[in-house]
Amino acid sequence: MKKRNGFLALTLMAALTVTGCNFNSGESNSQAPAPSNNGGTTTEQPKSDKKVLQVYNTDEIPSLDSAHVHETVSFTVLNNTMDGLYRRDKNGQPYLAIAGKHDVSADNLVHTFTIRDNAKWSDGSPVTAHDFEFSWKKVFREAGHYSFMFESLAVKNAVAIEKGEKQPDELGVKAIDDKTLEVTLEYPNPLFNQLLSFPTFYPQKKEFVESKGDKYGLEFDNALYNGPFMLTDWKHDQGWTYVKNPNYWDAANIKLDQIDGYVVKDVSTALTLFESGQLDRVELNSSYVDQFKADPRFHIIETPTIYFLRFNHEHPVLKNKNVRKAIAMAWDKQGLTDVILNDGSSPLNGLVPKNFSKDASGKDFREYNGDLQKGSVDEAKALWEQGLKEAGVTEVKLGVNAADTDRSKKIGEYLKNQLEKNLPGLTLELKNVPSNQRLEIEKAIQYDLSLGTWGPDYADPMTYIDMWVTGGSANRMKYSNPKYDELVQQAKVNTDLEKRFQQMVELEKILIEEDVAIAPMYQEGLAILQKEFVKDYVYLPTAPSNNYLWVDIAK
Amino acid sequence: MGAYLLRRLGYMLVTLIVIATATFFLMKMLPGTPFNNDRLNEQQLANLNAKYGLDQPVAIQYLKYMSNLVQGDLGDSYKYVGRSVTEVISERIGPSALIGFQALVLGTLIGLVLGVTSALRHNSVLDYTSVTLAVLGMSIPSFVFAALLQYYVGLKWGLLPPALWKGYEYTILPTLALSVTVIATVARFIRTEMLDVISQDYVLTARAKGLNNGKVIIRHVLRNALIPVVTMLGPLAINIMTGTLVIEKIFSVPGLGEQFSLSVIVNDYSVIMGITLFYSFLFIFMVFLVDILYGLLDPRINLRGGKQKG
Repeated sequence: MKKRNGFLALTLMAALTVTGCNFNSGESNSQAPAPSNNGGTTTEQPKSDKKVLQVYNTDEIPSLDSAHVHETVSFTVLNNTMDGLYRRDKNGQPYLAIAGKHDVSADNLVHTFTIRDNAKWSDGSPVTAHDFEFSWKKVFREAGHYSFMFESLAVKNAVAIEKGEKQPDELGVKAIDDKTLEVTLEYPNPLFNQLLSFPTFYPQKKEFVESKGDKYGLEFDNALYNGPFMLTDWKHDQGWTYVKNPNYWDAANIKLDQIDGYVVKDVSTALTLFESGQLDRVELNSSYVDQFKADPRFHIIETPTIYFLRFNHEHPVLKNKNVRKAIAMAWDKQGLTDVILNDGSSPLNGLVPKNFSKDASGKDFREYNGDLQKGSVDEAKALWEQGLKEAGVTEVKLGVNAADTDRSKKIGEYLKNQLEKNLPGLTLELKNVPSNQRLEIEKAIQYDLSLGTWGPDYADPMTYIDMWVTGGSANRMKYSNPKYDELVQQAKVNTDLEKRFQQMVELEKILIEEDVAIAPMYQEGLAILQKEFVKDYVYLPTAPSNNYLWVDIAK
Repeated sequence: MGAYLLRRLGYMLVTLIVIATATFFLMKMLPGTPFNNDRLNEQQLANLNAKYGLDQPVAIQYLKYMSNLVQGDLGDSYKYVGRSVTEVISERIGPSALIGFQALVLGTLIGLVLGVTSALRHNSVLDYTSVTLAVLGMSIPSFVFAALLQYYVGLKWGLLPPALWKGYEYTILPTLALSVTVIATVARFIRTEMLDVISQDYVLTARAKGLNNGKVIIRHVLRNALIPVVTMLGPLAINIMTGTLVIEKIFSVPGLGEQFSLSVIVNDYSVIMGITLFYSFLFIFMVFLVDILYGLLDPRINLRGGKQKG
């Protein structure tokens, strides 16, 4: 009898030690902490009086510290809770935000910003020029991931500091007084205003940051906001709540009262929540496109993410331009996007995607060069034969470096099928590896063909064009053309925007048509469902894409 | 007993060190780095590597990690900049453990009833039904049940929330989906073991002594049949309570299972190590507990005896 009691006690104890504490943490996780109770319960109230948008992200927020953030979710949250010197409008064009005035020196090198008088932090204190100087230098002091944005911005000494030749304090940014910020550049940068809206350039209030120590940006109340919304709740890995920031300088134009953000990692789960009314917008994958095509809530967004084939320019056969061109032309792009992918993607016959950049007259970049590298299969065959002859071979086996995602596998198989059929003597060997490894192989140039992808850093064709300069970190295929390098350098510092645009059109032609450096494949599409009462949800082509600023709920 | 416990503790420690070492070096063989952003240039990568000490030889990194580990420091996550691994784990183990524990209790209870009924009504319709259910439960992956539950109970009938994690009612569907495997496993084990034990001589003896059927079943049959079940339940409990990737993903449960797979994908070294060690510790501890339970269930299993084993 005694033994049995012992047994019972032990089982009980075991159950308690393993689970007792978990029950508690489970509960504290599922119940909102005191200050956020409002956020948790508002969704259950009738929504007619309050304008609430319900969205999701596929991951937890890693950090709210603008000096360290480096991925989509953080960018999305910061974009909607913070404001930089500039902000992007509905068309992605920069307008003055925290800075009310922007003066430029005659040589285009010294930019002086005057901070708006009504620019305030969410605690009511004024945003000052010092806040910008502090946060910009912090990126270098703490080796933030996105310090390269300062290089793109051309801020003085950014490159030298990165190399360790200068100190972070020598960065070309200085607060003259509370309201005046002076930024010095290495060279005139036509993209300056555009880039300034990026999260890496947001301000941080020094006193507040220091008072939070290394916990800054890790909880909703360990950060200050100066943007349209502020977080009032953040339950890790579950979701967070934004409410309208009453201290925002442009608060009068905010229509939403609240945004509920959830973490949902599965597409079908998101769809279920959309159907059950807990989400107002959901991003679909290709398996749902046919099902919802006719739905009035269905939309296709043409994103500027491009997919292309990288050629190893040192490969004995791929060195030959005719071979490269044949491979680029000998397959049916429309078949890939319409049948295989079927998710709103569209064929790409150039480097810069369509609906991404327009010149002053409103003409799309794509319209200038039209379809490059386009031709019939017969033309491709002729080029192929000629190329092989020039290379002195009759057949060639090429490896294709690609990620092991379903999508990449499908694309690889399609390419193999098409190219082997149309180009006699060609054998493709598909090498699907984990995404990280694909990138490593690409960086080490240990491939023949590589299924590459690129999304823009900023809304200007240069984000695609300067990838291919000799030794550039995105080149990754030993492509080198001195003429191309020189033209890129010229375009980069050209402040005559019209001429610059033409230079970039010319550059694309050199890269794609003359040099056949890469073979563009398609431009990604994003299929979404959005509740009809959601108005003015702005999805911009460049990160951070999701903008809640203008959203209105019209129920 | 004391000496035995001490010795076991020693073994546990050694096992943990071996696991930590193996994981560390295996993990370093993963392709990629925690800084997989294709925008980073060489200089920046070098700066980041230097910041986190990843520019040093792997052996040095290993020694550093181990010395921190001994001091109870699991380090900071690479992905969640500035957040400690302990924080990441403790935030996510709660939900995982909660649905896991519920699934375990529910699953064991139902499984027990099914298994016992099956064994006592051997070769009856009841037995066949329960065996069929068990086979189905074992062979159909839990995400199928999860998807069905989510679609019908959650969306179509609207009885329970289909996903998310906002209160107790949100734990029910994931618990049900998770318990299916437990029910099936327990039912199958109990049935087989009980059938085995029922035919033993001592059961016959007990019956011959005139003991009533209920007592025979509970005191003699069930108790002896429990030993393999306990063996299997220990690891199963750990498995299920440390989180299951698919169920957590489908129901948007902020749990540990999903986190683990994510950290492997993004090379979040410290989180991979942390979760592996946490999991190993629980596992080893559970094996230890199970060993002690054996002795209580079956006095013939002698905990003090080290000599027999050599």
